[in-house]
Order: sequence, then structure tokens, then C-alpha cells
Amino acid sequence: MTDEQVKKAVLDIIAIVSPDADLSNIDPAVRLRDQLELDSMDFLDIVMELRKRFKVEVPKEDYMQLASLDSCVAYLKPKFETAGVRL
Amino acid sequence: MSDYDVIIVGAGMSGLAAGIRLAMFDRRVCIVEQHDQFGGLNSFYTRNGRLFDVGLHALTNYVPDGVRAAPLPKLLRQLRIPRDEWNLAPQRFSEIHFPDRRLRFGNEIGLLTEEIAREFPAQIDGFLRLVQAIHEYDDTRLNPPKQSTRVILADYLTDPVLTDMILCAVMYYGNPQPRDIDWTAFVILFKSIFLEGLCRPRGGVRTIIRSLVKRFRECRGVFRMGCAVQSFAVSDRRVQGVVLENGAVLTADVVLSSAGYPETMQLCHETSAQIEGRLSFFESIFVLNVQPSEHGHKAAIVFFNDNDRFTYDKPDDLIDPSSGVICCPNNFDETETIEGMIRLTSLADYDRWANLPPAKYASARQDCCQRALSRVIQAGLLPDIQPHVVFVDSFTPKTIRDFTRHINGAVYGSPDKHRDGKTPLENLFVIGTDQGYLGIVGSLLSGITIANLHVLSADL
Repeated sequence: MTDEQVKKAVLDIIAIVSPDADLSNIDPAVRLRDQLELDSMDFLDIVMELRKRFKVEVPKEDYMQLASLDSCVAYLKPKFETAGVRL
Repeated sequence: MSDYDVIIVGAGMSGLAAGIRLAMFDRRVCIVEQHDQFGGLNSFYTRNGRLFDVGLHALTNYVPDGVRAAPLPKLLRQLRIPRDEWNLAPQRFSEIHFPDRRLRFGNEIGLLTEEIAREFPAQIDGFLRLVQAIHEYDDTRLNPPKQSTRVILADYLTDPVLTDMILCAVMYYGNPQPRDIDWTAFVILFKSIFLEGLCRPRGGVRTIIRSLVKRFRECRGVFRMGCAVQSFAVSDRRVQGVVLENGAVLTADVVLSSAGYPETMQLCHETSAQIEGRLSFFESIFVLNVQPSEHGHKAAIVFFNDNDRFTYDKPDDLIDPSSGVICCPNNFDETETIEGMIRLTSLADYDRWANLPPAKYASARQDCCQRALSRVIQAGLLPDIQPHVVFVDSFTPKTIRDFTRHINGAVYGSPDKHRDGKTPLENLFVIGTDQGYLGIVGSLLSGITIANLHVLSADL
């Protein structure tokens, strides 16, 4: 599993949760919220979608780990690997 | 294992929205509805081969395509419904009409500001400060303090007529409390009417209902229609099961009820200290063989009052025709070919209607319909449409009570709202009218918010 695959998995979810968001120029180091006007309801959906698609749980106290694409990779990649997710 | 993860009482806007959210994330959801029709207070029905909407024919919170951070686009995202599916036609203008005073407003605050500057030049600075304060107020808190809007408005506006005119539109749109309105409710409604705006789904409310029902079914939600709830079986401070009138019992881990707070407590055989709502309405729909605009009536909605002061209270009569709302669905998108229609709403007293002897009910209904219509024609609020009326249907507070089971036929529910949705029972939450967000957009947000807060986030 590569970092790019994890990023793509996250972006695919954002595209569903927020269909009018422009995902073409996301800076992976910058907070998603600052680039995409995501609110807390959208974040809840990202978390729910991660659970639905990959059976990966993100408890509330870990929400900040999903702040940017880079931090998503750092946080989710080991979880995906543990859960045996194939991307 | 329970029959369902979540049972939702009522297939109105809040129940459908909560159901979609939960079913979308694989909860096993059943919506139990006493009627065979979806939509609750925002439904439609057929009379004489014509389809009629039950609600006001209008949606608040209209924002142009492309705006993201507003209630309407938020809820569409949450439900994953494309905006085009609702086919929304924005209004051109509406008005607030008082004796010798008229304020028009559109879907930009600019028109109302200009109108106030013209009609009430001394008030315009105060009004602009008020709009600023409304922008800055955080109306999303789950437990805001109760505050009197009349008291707060006095800090901004010194002309009681302007205060009454603004309150008239806001209160008729969704205030459960007589005479005054809670500040948070006022802010939410002011934003949704004046800072965002009004629109109508082409095809009427059924366009929205169809879209919601389709979405719920796509997510494999289950409906049980024509299935009234008789009570909730309660033990250990939890709802253990939902008992239907046919005797069947359904079990669920969580129950969301849109029946109203005191009504929900009655289903639990719990007493509620909560004040019951007492504001109800009398409403007539006139079908015309002309378009109202051909006769000079061009406003989408007219909020009116032809008394010296505007009170908004339960009348000492069957109805109070001196103030109310005139809504014309034809005036949103004139290219949509629909029969001419005028809907006229007045405040009414539930007890008086409920206590009428059956023999007098029909004639009282006809009489009130005529009184309300004559009054608005005489006051110059509506052209004389009487020769063009081809069909009339009226409903009374008793109709509302019989249809919704709301105590006192209270359309906007109880003045005490439960924004966090909590009840004394740990797995029972209220959604809809008594959770506190009103109108179609408000009810949908109510279902979404409570489903997110107490079911989806609670599992994390």
C-alpha cells in the first residue's frame, strides 16, 4: 500500500461527501478544512465512510489526525494495514 | 437482537431525513407512520382530482447554487441528494403589509433594507445594527438561554410598527409562542427568511418528498405505513419496544420520535411538565380559473396585519382574520403552468373548533373561510378573486389535531424546545417540531442533527 493510494482513498470519500468540492489542487500538508470549507458535519461523514468502506474506526479524540492529507496517511495507513484493507 | 437498530416515529420531513442518515451508514432503520402518506405536516393530498400541498407552498433558506456554508446546501450534502432534484424556483418578492405601510423583500437583504429606509428612515441605522447582531449570533448552540425578542429588538428599533412588521413575518413562519418569540428562534427564522430567502420546489412539496422517499429506499430503509404507534414499552429508563395499534411490538436500540415532546411523553405514559402549544391555524386554499398575477397580485407571500398593533395570540373567536398569511404558489416561477391558487392562513382557537357540535362544524368552516377572504379583499391585500374561485378547501385546528395528533392542533408544537433532543429515557430522542428547528429545511436539519449527535457520533 502506497501513500498515494491512501490519499486517493481519502479523496474518493471527500468527493462523495462533498461533491462540489474542487479536489484538483489539494496541498497535502495544509488542513483540508482550510482548503475545502469542510464543516464538522462533513468530517463526521468522512469518518462514517471510512468505517463503512474499510471497517476502520476513528474515535472522536483522533479527529485531528485527519486534518490534512499527509496526516491522514500517517494515521490511516497503519490502520488500513492492520485491518487488512487492500487498496 | 432487536428488530431494528433504530425506529423512527413519523414519516415527516425530520423522520425521513434522520432515516436517510442512519440507513446510509448501514443502520437497520424502520420508519413507522400512522398515515399512508409521507410528509407529515409538509405533505400533499388529493381533492376532486387536484393535488394540494399541506404546508405553506414555500421553502426558506434559499441560497444560490455554489454557496456551500448555509443550511440548505449542508443538508443536501448530508443526505447526498443533488440539488437539481428539488427543482427550486426562487421567489421574486414577498411583502409585509400593515395599515398604510408596505415592505417588500426578496432573496437579498438589499430590497428590505431599501424599503425600510424609505418607509422608516429614522429606523434604518438601528435595522442595520440588528442585521449585524443577527449575523454575529451563534444560533447553533444546543442549549441556548431563553430570551425575549421584543426586549432585545427594543435596543435596535424604536418604532413599534416596524418591530411588529418584522415580527409578523417571522412569527407566522414558525413561532409556537404567543405574543413574543424566543431570540434564538427569531434569529434562525430571520436568517432563513430575510438573509437567505424563499423558494418553491416546482411541482410542489411532493417533489421533495419523492426525492427523500427514494433516497431512504435506496439505502434500504424500511417503511411501515398506516401503522399508528399506541405506546412505548418502557423499563429501566429505556424504551424496550414500540407497541403498534394493531398489537404488534417492534424492538429497537434507539427510538427517534417526531410526535412532539408532550405527545411522546404520553406514549411513554410519562407526565410532562412542559407547556403545551396552543397556537393553531385555520387555512383555506382557493383554486382559481385565472392566474393571480393577471389580476395584479404578484407577491409570492404576503404577511399581513390590519389592526393597530400586531399581537399573534390565540383569538377569542374561532379565527382572527385581521392578520395572517397569503401565499400564491404561482408567483414563484410564472413559467410553470399550474392552476391559479391562493392560500390564506389565520390564527384560530383549537378549543372552540373542538367543542363545536358536529352539526355546526361544516357551516362554521364555510363561514370562517368567507370571513377571512372578505377581510383581505376589503383591506386591499388581495384583488377580488371571488368570481374566479372554482374550488375551495379549508382545514381547521381540529383537522390538524386529527391528522397530526398534536395536542391543541399546535402546528408549531410546544413553546419549550429540546434542542439536544434528549428525553428522560436514555435511548429515546425527539426530532422535528419540538426539537426546535422549523419549516421544511428546519425539520430536515432536525432529523439530521439528532441522528448525527445521538446515533452516528455516539457509536464512535
